[in-house]
Amino acid sequence: MQKEVKKSLLNSIIVTLLLGLSIWLGSRNLRHFDAALVGYTFATLFAAFAITYRYTMWLQRPPTELYWQRGWQLMFTPKYFPSNVKFLIGRIITIIGGNSFIWKRSKERGLAHWLIMWGCILAAAITFPLVFGWLYFIVPDGDLTSYKIVAFGFPTLAFKIETTLGHLIFHGLVVASFLVILGVMLAFRRRMRDKDAAVLQSFSEDIMPLFLLFSISITGLFLTVSYTWLKGYGYSFLSIFHAITVIFTLISLPFGKFFHIFMRPAQFGVAIYKKIGKEKMAKCDRCEIEYASEMHVNDLIKVQKKLGYAYELNDGTGHYQRICPRCRRLLLGLSQGKLWHMKPVKD
Amino acid sequence: MSVSPEMAFFVDANRCIGCQSCVQACAECDTHKGHSMIHLETIQREDSPQTVPVVCMHCDSPTCAEVCPADAIKRTSDGVVQSAKKPRCIACNNCVLSCPFGVPKMETKFELMMKCDMCYDRTSEGKKPMCATVCPSQALTFGPKDEIIKQRQSSTPVNEFKFGNQHIKTKVFMMVPKNTKEQYIDVTASMNDSSISQNMEDHLADVSLDFLGE
Repeated sequence: MQKEVKKSLLNSIIVTLLLGLSIWLGSRNLRHFDAALVGYTFATLFAAFAITYRYTMWLQRPPTELYWQRGWQLMFTPKYFPSNVKFLIGRIITIIGGNSFIWKRSKERGLAHWLIMWGCILAAAITFPLVFGWLYFIVPDGDLTSYKIVAFGFPTLAFKIETTLGHLIFHGLVVASFLVILGVMLAFRRRMRDKDAAVLQSFSEDIMPLFLLFSISITGLFLTVSYTWLKGYGYSFLSIFHAITVIFTLISLPFGKFFHIFMRPAQFGVAIYKKIGKEKMAKCDRCEIEYASEMHVNDLIKVQKKLGYAYELNDGTGHYQRICPRCRRLLLGLSQGKLWHMKPVKD
Repeated sequence: MSVSPEMAFFVDANRCIGCQSCVQACAECDTHKGHSMIHLETIQREDSPQTVPVVCMHCDSPTCAEVCPADAIKRTSDGVVQSAKKPRCIACNNCVLSCPFGVPKMETKFELMMKCDMCYDRTSEGKKPMCATVCPSQALTFGPKDEIIKQRQSSTPVNEFKFGNQHIKTKVFMMVPKNTKEQYIDVTASMNDSSISQNMEDHLADVSLDFLGE
Protein backbone atom coordinates (compact mmCIF):
# COMPACT_ATOMS: atom_id res chain seq x y z
CA MET A 1 0.00 0.00 0.00
CA GLN A 2 1.29 3.46 -0.89
CA LYS A 3 2.47 5.76 1.90
CA GLU A 4 -0.13 8.42 0.97
CA VAL A 5 -2.98 5.90 1.07
CA LYS A 6 -1.85 4.53 4.44
CA LYS A 7 -1.73 8.02 5.94
CA SER A 8 -5.15 8.88 4.53
CA LEU A 9 -6.71 5.67 5.83
CA LEU A 10 -5.19 6.21 9.25
CA ASN A 11 -6.50 9.78 9.44
CA SER A 12 -9.94 8.64 8.27
CA ILE A 13 -10.11 5.95 10.95
CA ILE A 14 -9.02 8.42 13.66
CA VAL A 15 -11.56 11.08 12.63
CA THR A 16 -14.41 8.56 12.34
CA LEU A 17 -13.59 7.07 15.75
CA LEU A 18 -13.38 10.54 17.30
CA LEU A 19 -16.76 11.47 15.84
CA GLY A 20 -18.22 8.17 17.07
CA LEU A 21 -16.77 8.80 20.52
CA SER A 22 -18.14 12.35 20.63
CA ILE A 23 -21.60 10.99 19.72
CA TRP A 24 -21.28 8.42 22.51
CA LEU A 25 -20.16 10.95 25.09
CA GLY A 26 -22.32 13.88 23.89
CA SER A 27 -25.47 11.79 24.04
CA ARG A 28 -24.50 10.53 27.50
CA ASN A 29 -23.78 6.91 26.57
CA LEU A 30 -26.42 7.05 23.82
CA ARG A 31 -29.14 7.65 26.45
CA HIS A 32 -30.41 10.65 24.45
CA PHE A 33 -29.60 9.21 21.05
CA ASP A 34 -32.74 8.85 18.92
CA ALA A 35 -32.60 5.37 17.40
CA ALA A 36 -34.94 6.49 14.59
CA LEU A 37 -32.12 8.69 13.33
CA VAL A 38 -29.50 5.97 13.18
CA GLY A 39 -29.46 6.04 9.35
CA TYR A 40 -28.38 9.69 9.42
CA THR A 41 -25.68 8.88 11.97
CA PHE A 42 -24.14 6.10 9.90
CA ALA A 43 -24.27 8.23 6.75
CA THR A 44 -22.47 11.00 8.64
CA LEU A 45 -19.83 8.61 9.93
CA PHE A 46 -19.28 7.33 6.39
CA ALA A 47 -19.07 10.92 5.11
CA ALA A 48 -16.53 11.79 7.84
CA PHE A 49 -14.40 8.79 6.84
CA ALA A 50 -14.48 9.49 3.11
CA ILE A 51 -14.05 13.26 3.46
CA THR A 52 -10.99 12.78 5.68
CA TYR A 53 -9.57 10.25 3.23
CA ARG A 54 -9.94 12.58 0.24
CA TYR A 55 -8.79 15.60 2.24
CA THR A 56 -5.63 13.84 3.41
CA MET A 57 -4.86 12.61 -0.11
CA TRP A 58 -5.41 16.15 -1.38
CA LEU A 59 -3.10 17.61 1.27
CA GLN A 60 -0.31 15.30 0.12
CA ARG A 61 -0.17 16.76 -3.40
CA PRO A 62 3.11 18.74 -3.52
CA PRO A 63 1.60 22.22 -4.05
CA THR A 64 -1.17 21.66 -1.48
CA GLU A 65 1.24 20.23 1.07
CA LEU A 66 3.50 23.23 0.72
CA TYR A 67 0.70 25.77 1.20
CA TRP A 68 -0.70 23.76 4.11
CA GLN A 69 2.67 23.80 5.90
CA ARG A 70 3.49 27.40 5.03
CA GLY A 71 0.00 28.58 5.99
CA TRP A 72 0.21 27.18 9.53
CA GLN A 73 3.87 28.16 9.90
CA LEU A 74 3.14 31.80 8.99
CA MET A 75 -0.11 31.90 10.95
CA PHE A 76 1.64 31.03 14.20
CA THR A 77 4.85 33.01 13.69
CA PRO A 78 4.78 35.18 16.86
CA LYS A 79 5.71 38.33 14.93
CA TYR A 80 2.68 38.03 12.66
CA PHE A 81 0.19 36.27 14.93
CA PRO A 82 -1.80 39.30 16.24
CA SER A 83 -2.14 40.89 12.79
CA ASN A 84 -3.01 37.48 11.30
CA VAL A 85 -5.88 37.01 13.76
CA LYS A 86 -7.28 40.46 12.95
CA PHE A 87 -6.83 39.86 9.24
CA LEU A 88 -8.48 36.45 9.41
CA ILE A 89 -11.51 37.70 11.32
CA GLY A 90 -12.07 40.31 8.61
CA ARG A 91 -11.64 37.75 5.84
CA ILE A 92 -13.97 35.23 7.50
CA ILE A 93 -16.71 37.86 7.82
CA THR A 94 -16.41 39.08 4.23
CA ILE A 95 -15.47 35.84 2.47
CA ILE A 96 -17.49 33.24 4.37
CA GLY A 97 -20.17 35.40 5.96
CA GLY A 98 -20.82 37.67 3.01
CA ASN A 99 -19.48 35.68 0.04
CA SER A 100 -18.16 39.06 -1.15
CA PHE A 101 -16.10 37.65 -4.01
CA ILE A 102 -19.04 35.69 -5.44
CA TRP A 103 -21.31 38.77 -5.44
CA LYS A 104 -18.62 40.52 -7.48
CA ARG A 105 -18.77 37.75 -10.09
CA SER A 106 -22.48 38.51 -10.50
CA LYS A 107 -25.34 39.51 -8.21
CA GLU A 108 -27.42 36.51 -9.25
CA ARG A 109 -24.53 34.17 -8.48
CA GLY A 110 -23.81 35.87 -5.18
CA LEU A 111 -27.43 35.77 -4.02
CA ALA A 112 -27.87 32.12 -5.06
CA HIS A 113 -24.72 30.99 -3.24
CA TRP A 114 -25.39 33.11 -0.19
CA LEU A 115 -28.93 31.72 0.22
CA ILE A 116 -27.86 28.11 -0.31
CA MET A 117 -24.84 28.45 1.97
CA TRP A 118 -26.68 30.05 4.89
CA GLY A 119 -29.62 27.67 4.46
CA CYS A 120 -27.26 24.71 4.69
CA ILE A 121 -25.29 26.14 7.62
CA LEU A 122 -28.51 26.79 9.55
CA ALA A 123 -29.87 23.32 8.76
CA ALA A 124 -26.59 21.62 9.68
CA ALA A 125 -26.32 23.57 12.94
CA ILE A 126 -29.79 22.36 13.94
CA THR A 127 -29.82 18.79 12.64
CA PHE A 128 -26.35 17.40 13.37
CA PRO A 129 -26.45 18.07 17.15
CA LEU A 130 -30.01 16.63 17.29
CA VAL A 131 -29.05 13.52 15.32
CA PHE A 132 -25.97 12.92 17.46
CA GLY A 133 -27.97 13.30 20.67
CA TRP A 134 -25.91 16.35 21.62
CA LEU A 135 -29.05 18.46 21.92
CA TYR A 136 -32.47 17.56 23.21
CA PHE A 137 -35.42 19.30 24.86
CA ILE A 138 -37.01 18.76 28.27
CA VAL A 139 -40.07 20.24 29.93
CA PRO A 140 -38.72 22.25 32.87
CA ASP A 141 -40.32 21.55 36.25
CA GLY A 142 -43.69 20.45 34.89
CA ASP A 143 -44.24 23.75 33.01
CA LEU A 144 -45.94 22.45 29.86
CA THR A 145 -45.73 25.86 28.16
CA SER A 146 -41.92 25.85 28.14
CA TYR A 147 -38.96 23.87 26.88
CA LYS A 148 -35.40 23.73 28.06
CA ILE A 149 -32.50 22.96 25.70
CA VAL A 150 -30.02 20.40 27.02
CA ALA A 151 -26.63 20.46 25.31
CA PHE A 152 -24.22 17.55 25.87
CA GLY A 153 -26.24 16.68 28.96
CA PHE A 154 -26.01 20.20 30.44
CA PRO A 155 -29.25 22.23 30.83
CA THR A 156 -29.07 25.57 29.01
CA LEU A 157 -31.67 28.02 27.70
CA ALA A 158 -35.35 27.69 28.64
CA PHE A 159 -37.99 29.35 26.47
CA LYS A 160 -41.75 29.62 26.16
CA ILE A 161 -43.08 27.55 23.29
CA GLU A 162 -45.72 30.02 22.09
CA THR A 163 -43.36 32.95 21.62
CA THR A 164 -41.48 34.32 18.64
CA LEU A 165 -38.27 32.76 19.95
CA GLY A 166 -40.01 29.42 20.44
CA HIS A 167 -41.46 29.60 16.98
CA LEU A 168 -38.09 30.43 15.44
CA ILE A 169 -36.36 27.58 17.27
CA PHE A 170 -38.93 25.02 16.15
CA HIS A 171 -39.16 26.35 12.63
CA GLY A 172 -35.46 26.89 12.00
CA LEU A 173 -35.47 24.11 9.42
CA VAL A 174 -38.43 25.68 7.63
CA VAL A 175 -36.48 28.93 7.32
CA ALA A 176 -33.43 26.96 6.12
CA SER A 177 -35.55 25.13 3.53
CA PHE A 178 -36.89 28.37 2.08
CA LEU A 179 -33.39 29.84 1.89
CA VAL A 180 -32.08 26.75 0.09
CA ILE A 181 -35.05 26.47 -2.29
CA LEU A 182 -34.76 30.13 -3.32
CA GLY A 183 -31.01 29.76 -3.84
CA VAL A 184 -31.42 26.53 -5.81
CA MET A 185 -34.03 28.14 -8.07
CA LEU A 186 -31.70 31.04 -8.82
CA ALA A 187 -28.82 28.66 -9.46
CA PHE A 188 -30.96 26.55 -11.81
CA ARG A 189 -32.11 29.67 -13.61
CA ARG A 190 -28.51 30.64 -14.26
CA ARG A 191 -27.55 27.14 -15.34
CA MET A 192 -30.42 27.04 -17.82
CA ARG A 193 -29.74 30.47 -19.30
CA ASP A 194 -25.98 31.11 -19.22
CA LYS A 195 -23.99 29.76 -22.11
CA ASP A 196 -20.81 29.51 -20.05
CA ALA A 197 -22.58 27.31 -17.53
CA ALA A 198 -24.18 25.22 -20.27
CA VAL A 199 -20.91 24.42 -22.00
CA LEU A 200 -19.05 22.88 -19.07
CA GLN A 201 -21.68 21.75 -16.58
CA SER A 202 -22.25 18.07 -15.95
CA PHE A 203 -25.16 16.30 -14.34
CA SER A 204 -23.17 14.68 -11.56
CA GLU A 205 -21.02 17.70 -10.74
CA ASP A 206 -23.45 20.60 -11.13
CA ILE A 207 -27.07 19.51 -11.49
CA MET A 208 -27.28 16.62 -9.06
CA PRO A 209 -26.16 18.68 -6.00
CA LEU A 210 -28.90 21.21 -6.74
CA PHE A 211 -31.47 18.42 -7.11
CA LEU A 212 -30.36 16.93 -3.82
CA LEU A 213 -30.58 20.23 -1.95
CA PHE A 214 -33.99 20.88 -3.44
CA SER A 215 -35.22 17.37 -2.56
CA ILE A 216 -34.07 17.64 1.04
CA SER A 217 -35.70 21.04 1.46
CA ILE A 218 -39.01 20.25 -0.22
CA THR A 219 -39.48 16.89 1.54
CA GLY A 220 -38.58 18.59 4.82
CA LEU A 221 -41.25 21.21 4.18
CA PHE A 222 -43.76 18.48 3.28
CA LEU A 223 -43.15 16.94 6.71
CA THR A 224 -44.02 20.26 8.37
CA VAL A 225 -47.12 20.61 6.19
CA SER A 226 -48.14 17.04 7.01
CA TYR A 227 -48.00 17.41 10.79
CA THR A 228 -49.20 21.03 10.92
CA TRP A 229 -52.17 21.02 8.57
CA LEU A 230 -52.85 17.46 7.41
CA LYS A 231 -52.93 15.62 10.74
CA GLY A 232 -49.82 13.64 9.83
CA TYR A 233 -51.09 12.42 6.46
CA GLY A 234 -48.39 10.38 4.69
CA TYR A 235 -45.90 11.24 7.42
CA SER A 236 -44.22 7.80 7.50
CA PHE A 237 -43.67 7.78 3.76
CA LEU A 238 -42.48 11.39 3.76
CA SER A 239 -40.06 10.85 6.62
CA ILE A 240 -38.50 7.88 4.81
CA PHE A 241 -38.35 9.82 1.56
CA HIS A 242 -36.72 12.77 3.37
CA ALA A 243 -34.22 10.44 5.07
CA ILE A 244 -33.25 8.95 1.70
CA THR A 245 -32.53 12.41 0.23
CA VAL A 246 -30.46 13.43 3.27
CA ILE A 247 -28.52 10.16 3.45
CA PHE A 248 -27.77 10.27 -0.27
CA THR A 249 -26.49 13.84 0.11
CA LEU A 250 -24.32 12.95 3.11
CA ILE A 251 -22.82 10.04 1.20
CA SER A 252 -22.15 12.27 -1.82
CA LEU A 253 -20.37 14.96 0.24
CA PRO A 254 -16.85 13.59 -0.32
CA PHE A 255 -17.22 12.89 -4.02
CA GLY A 256 -18.71 15.79 -5.89
CA LYS A 257 -19.11 19.52 -5.81
CA PHE A 258 -19.89 19.61 -2.09
CA PHE A 259 -16.25 18.79 -1.34
CA HIS A 260 -15.40 22.44 -2.03
CA ILE A 261 -16.91 23.19 1.39
CA PHE A 262 -13.90 21.47 2.94
CA MET A 263 -11.33 22.77 0.48
CA ARG A 264 -12.21 26.45 0.62
CA PRO A 265 -10.75 27.29 4.04
CA ALA A 266 -7.36 26.92 2.30
CA GLN A 267 -8.20 30.36 0.89
CA PHE A 268 -7.34 31.85 4.30
CA GLY A 269 -3.92 30.21 4.42
CA VAL A 270 -3.23 31.59 0.96
CA ALA A 271 -4.36 35.08 2.00
CA ILE A 272 -1.90 35.08 4.92
CA TYR A 273 0.85 33.73 2.64
CA LYS A 274 0.26 36.55 0.19
CA LYS A 275 0.00 39.23 2.90
CA ILE A 276 3.29 38.29 4.54
CA GLY A 277 4.99 37.56 1.22
CA LYS A 278 4.63 41.20 0.17
CA GLU A 279 7.35 42.13 2.65
CA LYS A 280 10.01 40.80 0.32
CA MET A 281 9.32 40.90 -3.37
CA ALA A 282 11.24 39.14 -6.12
CA LYS A 283 12.43 41.05 -9.17
CA CYS A 284 12.30 39.56 -12.64
CA ASP A 285 15.77 38.47 -13.77
CA ARG A 286 15.10 40.02 -17.16
CA CYS A 287 13.19 43.30 -16.66
CA GLU A 288 14.04 43.75 -12.97
CA ILE A 289 10.47 44.67 -12.09
CA GLU A 290 8.90 43.19 -8.93
CA TYR A 291 6.36 40.54 -9.88
CA ALA A 292 5.84 38.13 -6.95
CA SER A 293 6.99 37.46 -3.43
CA GLU A 294 10.46 35.96 -3.05
CA MET A 295 8.97 33.24 -0.85
CA HIS A 296 6.42 32.33 -3.53
CA VAL A 297 9.01 32.12 -6.29
CA ASN A 298 11.34 29.95 -4.19
CA ASP A 299 8.47 27.69 -3.12
CA LEU A 300 7.27 27.26 -6.69
CA ILE A 301 10.76 26.23 -7.79
CA LYS A 302 10.67 23.51 -5.12
CA VAL A 303 7.15 22.39 -6.06
CA GLN A 304 7.97 22.24 -9.77
CA LYS A 305 11.04 20.15 -9.04
CA LYS A 306 8.96 17.74 -6.95
CA LEU A 307 6.49 17.46 -9.81
CA GLY A 308 9.29 16.58 -12.21
CA TYR A 309 9.57 19.87 -14.12
CA ALA A 310 12.99 21.14 -15.18
CA TYR A 311 12.71 24.86 -15.81
CA GLU A 312 16.36 25.44 -14.87
CA LEU A 313 18.13 27.48 -17.54
CA ASN A 314 20.57 25.59 -19.77
CA ASP A 315 23.61 27.58 -18.70
CA GLY A 316 22.97 26.72 -15.06
CA THR A 317 22.80 30.41 -14.08
CA GLY A 318 19.16 30.72 -13.27
CA HIS A 319 15.64 29.43 -13.30
CA TYR A 320 12.81 30.26 -15.68
CA GLN A 321 10.58 30.76 -12.64
CA ARG A 322 12.58 33.94 -11.98
CA ILE A 323 11.26 35.49 -15.20
CA CYS A 324 8.02 37.47 -14.81
CA PRO A 325 4.91 36.42 -16.77
CA ARG A 326 5.10 39.47 -19.04
CA CYS A 327 8.72 38.78 -19.98
CA ARG A 328 7.75 35.18 -20.74
CA ARG A 329 5.21 36.45 -23.28
CA LEU A 330 7.80 38.80 -24.77
CA LEU A 331 10.33 35.97 -24.98
CA LEU A 332 7.84 33.83 -26.87
CA GLY A 333 7.40 36.58 -29.46
CA LEU A 334 11.12 37.28 -29.66
CA SER A 335 12.09 33.65 -30.09
CA GLN A 336 9.53 33.08 -32.83
CA GLY A 337 10.65 36.27 -34.56
CA LYS A 338 14.27 35.24 -34.32
CA LEU A 339 13.56 32.15 -36.40
CA TRP A 340 12.05 34.34 -39.11
CA HIS A 341 15.02 36.65 -39.05
CA MET A 342 17.29 33.69 -39.66
CA LYS A 343 15.11 32.64 -42.58
CA PRO A 344 13.70 35.86 -44.03
CA VAL A 345 10.95 34.41 -46.19
CA LYS A 346 7.45 35.75 -46.65
CA ASP A 347 4.19 33.85 -46.94
CA MET B 1 -19.53 18.67 -26.67
CA SER B 2 -15.83 18.95 -27.44
CA VAL B 3 -13.45 20.59 -29.88
CA SER B 4 -13.16 18.59 -33.10
CA PRO B 5 -9.76 16.88 -33.47
CA GLU B 6 -9.74 18.08 -37.09
CA MET B 7 -9.53 21.70 -36.00
CA ALA B 8 -6.44 23.42 -34.67
CA PHE B 9 -5.38 26.88 -33.53
CA PHE B 10 -2.43 28.64 -35.19
CA VAL B 11 -0.58 31.75 -34.04
CA ASP B 12 1.72 33.71 -36.32
CA ALA B 13 2.89 36.90 -34.64
CA ASN B 14 4.56 37.98 -37.91
CA ARG B 15 1.15 38.70 -39.32
CA CYS B 16 -0.09 40.69 -36.31
CA ILE B 17 -0.86 44.32 -37.11
CA GLY B 18 -1.67 45.32 -33.53
CA CYS B 19 -5.25 46.34 -34.36
CA GLN B 20 -6.53 45.06 -30.98
CA SER B 21 -9.57 43.42 -32.61
CA CYS B 22 -8.72 40.19 -30.80
CA VAL B 23 -8.50 41.98 -27.46
CA GLN B 24 -11.94 43.52 -27.93
CA ALA B 25 -13.57 40.39 -29.35
CA CYS B 26 -12.13 38.16 -26.64
CA ALA B 27 -14.18 39.98 -24.02
CA GLU B 28 -17.37 39.06 -25.87
CA CYS B 29 -16.90 35.33 -25.42
CA ASP B 30 -19.60 33.82 -23.21
CA THR B 31 -17.21 31.79 -21.07
CA HIS B 32 -15.45 34.92 -19.79
CA LYS B 33 -17.95 37.66 -20.53
CA GLY B 34 -16.54 41.16 -20.21
CA HIS B 35 -12.98 39.98 -19.57
CA SER B 36 -10.41 39.90 -22.31
CA MET B 37 -8.09 36.96 -21.81
CA ILE B 38 -5.73 37.60 -24.69
CA HIS B 39 -2.42 39.39 -24.14
CA LEU B 40 -1.19 41.70 -26.86
CA GLU B 41 2.47 42.48 -26.24
CA THR B 42 4.82 44.72 -28.18
CA ILE B 43 8.40 43.70 -28.83
CA GLN B 44 11.36 45.16 -30.67
CA ARG B 45 12.52 42.80 -33.36
CA GLU B 46 15.72 43.28 -35.31
CA ASP B 47 14.16 45.44 -37.98
CA SER B 48 10.91 46.81 -36.52
CA PRO B 49 8.55 46.80 -33.56
CA GLN B 50 6.06 43.97 -33.62
CA THR B 51 2.88 43.20 -31.71
CA VAL B 52 2.50 39.66 -30.42
CA PRO B 53 -0.86 38.13 -29.50
CA VAL B 54 -0.46 35.55 -26.73
CA VAL B 55 -3.26 33.06 -26.13
CA CYS B 56 -3.25 29.96 -23.94
CA MET B 57 -1.20 27.33 -25.73
CA HIS B 58 -3.09 24.48 -23.99
CA CYS B 59 -0.14 22.35 -22.92
CA ASP B 60 -0.36 18.57 -23.05
CA SER B 61 1.01 18.51 -19.52
CA PRO B 62 -0.15 21.86 -18.13
CA THR B 63 2.19 23.20 -15.46
CA CYS B 64 -0.58 25.56 -14.28
CA ALA B 65 -2.83 22.59 -13.47
CA GLU B 66 -0.13 20.55 -11.79
CA VAL B 67 0.99 23.33 -9.46
CA CYS B 68 -2.59 24.20 -8.52
CA PRO B 69 -2.99 23.36 -4.82
CA ALA B 70 -6.78 23.29 -5.14
CA ASP B 71 -6.80 20.93 -8.14
CA ALA B 72 -9.01 23.54 -9.81
CA ILE B 73 -7.58 23.50 -13.34
CA LYS B 74 -8.74 20.71 -15.59
CA ARG B 75 -7.82 19.71 -19.13
CA THR B 76 -10.80 18.35 -21.01
CA SER B 77 -10.42 15.20 -23.12
CA ASP B 78 -10.09 17.32 -26.29
CA GLY B 79 -6.90 18.90 -24.90
CA VAL B 80 -8.33 22.28 -23.87
CA VAL B 81 -7.06 23.54 -20.51
CA GLN B 82 -10.07 25.21 -18.91
CA SER B 83 -10.19 28.22 -16.59
CA ALA B 84 -10.04 27.40 -12.88
CA LYS B 85 -13.15 25.76 -11.48
CA LYS B 86 -14.94 28.52 -9.58
CA PRO B 87 -15.82 26.57 -6.43
CA ARG B 88 -12.24 25.39 -6.04
CA CYS B 89 -9.90 28.22 -7.04
CA ILE B 90 -8.35 29.81 -3.95
CA ALA B 91 -6.62 32.60 -5.87
CA CYS B 92 -3.11 31.55 -4.84
CA ASN B 93 -1.48 32.73 -8.09
CA ASN B 94 0.57 29.54 -8.56
CA CYS B 95 -0.79 29.10 -12.08
CA VAL B 96 -0.09 32.71 -13.04
CA LEU B 97 3.51 32.41 -11.90
CA SER B 98 4.11 28.91 -13.28
CA CYS B 99 2.67 29.11 -16.78
CA PRO B 100 5.72 29.10 -19.08
CA PHE B 101 3.86 31.28 -21.58
CA GLY B 102 2.68 33.83 -18.97
CA VAL B 103 -0.98 33.38 -19.86
CA PRO B 104 -3.35 33.05 -16.83
CA LYS B 105 -4.76 36.21 -15.27
CA MET B 106 -5.66 36.59 -11.63
CA GLU B 107 -8.94 38.40 -11.04
CA THR B 108 -8.26 39.37 -7.43
CA LYS B 109 -11.72 40.82 -6.79
CA PHE B 110 -13.32 37.50 -7.84
CA GLU B 111 -10.63 35.43 -6.05
CA LEU B 112 -10.42 33.55 -9.33
CA MET B 113 -7.90 32.69 -12.03
CA MET B 114 -9.23 33.26 -15.51
CA LYS B 115 -7.55 32.36 -18.75
CA CYS B 116 -8.07 31.82 -22.44
CA ASP B 117 -10.14 28.65 -22.84
CA MET B 118 -10.14 28.76 -26.63
CA CYS B 119 -13.70 30.17 -26.38
CA TYR B 120 -14.91 26.74 -25.39
CA ASP B 121 -18.57 27.65 -25.81
CA ARG B 122 -17.82 28.31 -29.48
CA THR B 123 -15.08 25.85 -30.39
CA SER B 124 -16.91 22.93 -28.77
CA GLU B 125 -19.76 23.70 -31.20
CA GLY B 126 -17.51 23.85 -34.25
CA LYS B 127 -17.20 27.64 -34.35
CA LYS B 128 -13.95 29.62 -34.34
CA PRO B 129 -12.70 31.36 -31.18
CA MET B 130 -13.63 35.05 -31.06
CA CYS B 131 -10.07 36.25 -31.67
CA ALA B 132 -9.56 34.08 -34.74
CA THR B 133 -12.95 35.13 -36.06
CA VAL B 134 -12.08 38.84 -36.08
CA CYS B 135 -8.32 38.80 -36.77
CA PRO B 136 -8.02 40.67 -40.11
CA SER B 137 -4.51 39.42 -40.88
CA GLN B 138 -5.07 35.84 -39.71
CA ALA B 139 -2.26 36.07 -37.20
CA LEU B 140 -4.71 34.01 -35.17
CA THR B 141 -6.27 31.24 -37.23
CA PHE B 142 -8.50 28.31 -36.38
CA GLY B 143 -9.01 25.60 -38.95
CA PRO B 144 -7.91 22.25 -40.30
CA LYS B 145 -4.14 21.75 -40.08
CA ASP B 146 -3.69 20.47 -43.65
CA GLU B 147 -5.49 23.55 -44.97
CA ILE B 148 -3.12 25.89 -43.15
CA ILE B 149 -0.07 23.97 -44.36
CA LYS B 150 -1.39 24.21 -47.92
CA GLN B 151 -2.17 27.92 -47.67
CA ARG B 152 1.05 29.04 -45.99
CA GLN B 153 3.73 27.54 -48.10
CA SER B 154 6.77 29.17 -46.54
CA SER B 155 5.88 28.37 -42.95
CA THR B 156 5.15 25.33 -40.91
CA PRO B 157 3.29 24.87 -37.61
CA VAL B 158 5.16 23.68 -34.54
CA ASN B 159 3.75 22.90 -31.13
CA GLU B 160 6.86 22.12 -29.13
CA PHE B 161 8.70 24.62 -26.97
CA LYS B 162 11.80 24.61 -24.79
CA PHE B 163 12.13 26.58 -21.58
CA GLY B 164 15.57 25.92 -20.17
CA ASN B 165 15.68 22.15 -19.76
CA GLN B 166 11.92 21.77 -19.95
CA HIS B 167 10.24 20.59 -23.11
CA ILE B 168 6.54 21.46 -23.48
CA LYS B 169 4.12 20.22 -26.15
CA THR B 170 0.95 22.19 -26.79
CA LYS B 171 -2.40 21.89 -28.55
CA VAL B 172 -1.95 25.34 -30.13
CA PHE B 173 0.56 25.75 -32.97
CA MET B 174 2.97 28.57 -33.75
CA MET B 175 4.10 29.22 -37.28
CA VAL B 176 7.86 29.05 -37.95
CA PRO B 177 9.78 29.18 -41.24
CA LYS B 178 9.62 25.99 -43.25
CA ASN B 179 12.74 23.89 -42.98
CA THR B 180 13.64 25.37 -39.61
CA LYS B 181 16.37 23.17 -38.22
CA GLU B 182 14.81 22.52 -34.82
CA GLN B 183 11.26 21.22 -34.58
CA TYR B 184 10.66 23.33 -31.49
CA ILE B 185 10.91 26.95 -30.39
CA ASP B 186 13.61 27.59 -27.80
CA VAL B 187 11.94 30.37 -25.82
CA THR B 188 14.74 30.93 -23.32
CA ALA B 189 17.27 31.29 -26.14
CA SER B 190 16.07 34.88 -26.51
CA MET B 191 16.69 35.69 -22.86
CA ASN B 192 19.27 38.35 -23.55
CA ASP B 193 17.63 39.93 -26.60
CA SER B 194 16.34 43.42 -26.04
CA SER B 195 12.63 44.04 -26.44
CA ILE B 196 10.81 47.30 -26.83
CA SER B 197 11.03 49.89 -24.09
CA GLN B 198 8.11 50.50 -21.80
CA ASN B 199 7.66 54.06 -23.17
CA MET B 200 7.42 52.91 -26.70
CA GLU B 201 4.94 50.21 -25.76
CA ASP B 202 2.73 52.74 -23.97
CA HIS B 203 2.90 54.97 -27.00
CA LEU B 204 1.85 52.15 -29.30
CA ALA B 205 -0.99 51.17 -26.97
CA ASP B 206 -2.21 54.81 -26.97
CA VAL B 207 -2.18 54.90 -30.73
CA SER B 208 -4.20 51.68 -30.88
CA LEU B 209 -6.73 52.93 -28.35
CA ASP B 210 -7.07 56.27 -30.19
CA PHE B 211 -7.81 54.31 -33.29
CA LEU B 212 -10.58 52.49 -31.40
CA GLY B 213 -11.98 55.80 -30.18
CA GLU B 214 -11.34 55.15 -26.48
